[in-house]
Amino acid sequence: MSEHVMSSKMYYGIWITLMVLTVVTAAVSFIDLGPFNTIVALSIATFKAILVVLFFMHVKYASEKLTKLVIASALFFLVLLLSLSMIDYLTRYLA
Amino acid sequence: MSNSAVQTESHESHGPELLHHFVSAEQQRNTVSLAMWLFLATEVMFFGGMFCAYLIYRTWYYAEFAAGSRSLNIWLGTVNTVVLIGSSLTVALGVRAAQMGKRKLLVVLLLLTLVLGLTFLGVKAIEWHDKYVEHHIPGASFSVADLVREYPQLHIDQRHAQIFFSLYFAMTGMHALHMVIGVGLFLYLTYHAWKGTYGPKYYTPIELGGLYWHFVDIIWIYLFPLLYLIDRKPLK
Repeated sequence: MSEHVMSSKMYYGIWITLMVLTVVTAAVSFIDLGPFNTIVALSIATFKAILVVLFFMHVKYASEKLTKLVIASALFFLVLLLSLSMIDYLTRYLA
Repeated sequence: MSNSAVQTESHESHGPELLHHFVSAEQQRNTVSLAMWLFLATEVMFFGGMFCAYLIYRTWYYAEFAAGSRSLNIWLGTVNTVVLIGSSLTVALGVRAAQMGKRKLLVVLLLLTLVLGLTFLGVKAIEWHDKYVEHHIPGASFSVADLVREYPQLHIDQRHAQIFFSLYFAMTGMHALHMVIGVGLFLYLTYHAWKGTYGPKYYTPIELGGLYWHFVDIIWIYLFPLLYLIDRKPLK
C-alpha cells in the first residue's frame, strides 16, 4: 500500500460498471439460456468481484507483492475446497 | 524514566501515529495492511465452507433450490445489491478524502456509508419477515405447501426445500452479522474522522475498514446470483 491517490473519475467509472452489471445479471436471469444461465450469472459476479478487488481495494495500483501472494493463496485454497469436494460428490453415483 | 525520555524525543521527529517498532510510516502501513489481507483470507475460507455446502446441495436438490429461489423477492434483492455497491463507492471515495486531508468530506462519506449499510440491513429485515409470514423459516412451523401448489411440475420435497432455506438463512445471516460489525467499525471511524484523527499522514484505519467493507460487498455480489437468480426463466 503506497500513497497513491486515485482519481475520483475512476471510482465513479467502476461504480457505474458495477451498477450496469447488476441490472444485466438480474435481467438475463429471466431469459432461458439453459445451463448458460448459471455460467453467465457467475461470470458476471466474478467480473464484479475482480473490479472491486483491483480498484476499490487498491490491489492493482498500490499493493505489495506479499498482499498479492496472500490473495492468490486464499483463492487457491478456495478452489481446492470447492473443486475436490465437487469431484467427490458429482462422481459418487456414476458406478 | 530514561525510556520515556527517548520516546518523547523520537516522536518529535515523526509524529505520534508512528509506533516505535516500525522503521517508517510506510513500513507500518504495509504491515497492518498485510495483516488485514491475512484476516480476509481466513474469511474467504469461512464463507467458502458455506458456499461449498450450498454447491453440493444445489446439485443434489436442484428443483427445491429453484423453487426456493423463485420465492425470494428479486426486486428487493436487486435494490439491496445496488445499495451495497453504492456504499462501497462512498467508502472508496472516503479513503481518497482521508488521503487528501479533506476532513468534512470524509465524515460526510462515512455517514453516507452508514446510512446505506443500515438501509441494506433494513431491507434484509423486511425480506426475513416475509419469509416468517410464509412459514419458510426452517423449524417446527416450516412449510412449503405454497411452493408445492405453485410449482407442481418441480415435485418439491419439503425436507430438501428446508435445506435450501437453512442455507439461505445461514448465508444471508452471517453476511448480515458482518454488516452489523461493519456498521460498528464505521461508527468508530466516523467519530475519529470527525475529531480529525485521520489525514494524509495517517489514514490506515480508514483504509483497513474499507478493505473489510469491500470484502463484505464481494460476498453479497456472489450471494445475490446464487440465492436469488437460480431459476427465473419461464417454467414450461
